[in-house]
Amino acid sequence: MNNLTLANGRQTASARVAQVLKHNWRLWLLLLPGLVWLIVFCYIPIYGVSIAFKDFNAKLGIMGSPWVGLKYFKQFFSTSIAMKTIANTLLLSVYSLVFGFPAPILFALLLNSLNKLKFKKFVQTVSFAPHFISVVVLVSMMSIMMAPSSGFIGVLAKKLTGSEVLFMTRPEYFRSLYVISDVWQNMGFSAIVYIAALAGVSPDLHEAAIVDGASKLQRILHIDFPSILPTIIIMFILSVGNLFTIGYEKAYLMQNTINTSVSEIISTYVYKVGLQNAQYSFSTAVGLFNSIVNFALLIVVNAFSRKLSDISLF
Amino acid sequence: MMTQPRSMRVSTSDRIFDIIIIAVLVAIAVVILYPLYFVLVASFTAPRVVNSGRFLLYPVEFFPGGYLKTFKYPPIWRGYLNTIVYTGLGTAISIAVTTTTAYTLSRVDMFGRRWLMLLFSFTMFFSGGMIPSYLLMRNLGIYDTLWVMVLPGAISVYNMIVCRTFFETTLPKELLEAANLDGCNDFGFFFRIALPLSSTILAVMALFYASAKWNSYFDGLIYLMDNDKMPLQIVLRNLMLVGKNAATEMVGDAKSIAERRNQADQLKYCVIVVSAAPLLMVYPFLQKYFAKGVMIGAVKG
Repeated sequence: MNNLTLANGRQTASARVAQVLKHNWRLWLLLLPGLVWLIVFCYIPIYGVSIAFKDFNAKLGIMGSPWVGLKYFKQFFSTSIAMKTIANTLLLSVYSLVFGFPAPILFALLLNSLNKLKFKKFVQTVSFAPHFISVVVLVSMMSIMMAPSSGFIGVLAKKLTGSEVLFMTRPEYFRSLYVISDVWQNMGFSAIVYIAALAGVSPDLHEAAIVDGASKLQRILHIDFPSILPTIIIMFILSVGNLFTIGYEKAYLMQNTINTSVSEIISTYVYKVGLQNAQYSFSTAVGLFNSIVNFALLIVVNAFSRKLSDISLF
Repeated sequence: MMTQPRSMRVSTSDRIFDIIIIAVLVAIAVVILYPLYFVLVASFTAPRVVNSGRFLLYPVEFFPGGYLKTFKYPPIWRGYLNTIVYTGLGTAISIAVTTTTAYTLSRVDMFGRRWLMLLFSFTMFFSGGMIPSYLLMRNLGIYDTLWVMVLPGAISVYNMIVCRTFFETTLPKELLEAANLDGCNDFGFFFRIALPLSSTILAVMALFYASAKWNSYFDGLIYLMDNDKMPLQIVLRNLMLVGKNAATEMVGDAKSIAERRNQADQLKYCVIVVSAAPLLMVYPFLQKYFAKGVMIGAVKG
């Protein structure tokens, strides 16, 4: 086939397409639904981002609306809300990362170091449970259990401190509750990756270390941990790459009029301004700023890691 | 795995270390489990006891009234029904589209495979965002319909990549070649050989998609208007977190306001149990599958 085309000189593009389609048109037909989905639900919205640079008018549509350049970006940065929401987003994400990232690693290392199979399996099963409840249920549970006069955590806090603690309303508790509930919900599930990586550690290493008189703690630190380091780095890149996409779903549910000073993050702001107040272009601009920062962060961390450790996503 | 040879003596310090680890893990298990267990117990306990803020280990005063009220509240049923439809149909669509896409992208002889993968992967890290998506749904005419709940989330690119990795590692090239020699074309191979060999990944995908769809509330919040179409999570949110009155309305017949509020608070536990129970009852049996699924995904990141 190849010789033939070479003999005839360059093939025309359409002939090549025809050839590809003839060879595996059935595969292309199988791919078709996925491809249509990708274009319609992913790339059309990406094109739609252009309204961030336009004065969007529903009558004129995305294409017909007039260009306004960076007007909406300037408008965002001229408000005090900009710095506030950026700082809130960053703080909340960094807190989540600092506590949420090491927890599953520690959990996996501890679990792996035991050789009581039944107990391990039970603890692991329990640890998955919160992953399967929704954020609505999670936040509802928090709000009823921490209710100052009727929830058991609220009542306990009242006994300990002598006064009512308004966990769910006061701004000073928002971030802690957000992060703690995050760890509670996701630690077990996130640990699966590390437990899988630990299962691949050769038992020979441990036996040799035992012969050399290494204690269990030493083996965890010098065998288990280094073995799963590549996995840890990959997960870290992914987490940092998603730093700015921090779940607006939970923040929005936990938000109230009193704690907005800390709970208003970029994505909840986009939702409120965009869909509740219908300022489409402005909120798209804010959302786009968020996406770009996020994407840039991912590229930087990935490049950094490739340089330092030869481990990278792409 | 840390398997220790029988003959080797375990040192005292290691034994102490083991005990500490077990203690820590037990503490973790209790902290994770107790809130869920408390909700279950509270849903069967008299409002007066529940709202005194006591720690409960069993229903001190058995009280089925909360469930009776919950089951008599029509919006819960409607939400349940809607969620079942969205989850069932959505999962079916997702599995169909995800497996076909993943299979074609797993084929080495697929023209433009690398570019196609790149196009898909890119969307994991960059998306149009909320407003352009919202405008798209309006323009497509699926805003506030059943379709907006099942089509936009048809593929989770992460799941698709897990699935693709599975096909790549479990379907050797020789199998395809042999099938081709026997006159089996790509359709035949996919439907009659690839899919039947992939029950593990199908189970994983079903669980991942179904739990995501069962638990999602933001799509309903953004893309639906009609109260009759709202999924269970939105009904729940309205009951639990938004209006203080909705839950109080459910207990219309109680005498005093205080008692009403008491009953309303207890009712919340029942509503939580009703909404979270299906997944919590199913996942332990599918555990080994999803652990496998995450591992497959981890191989290739």
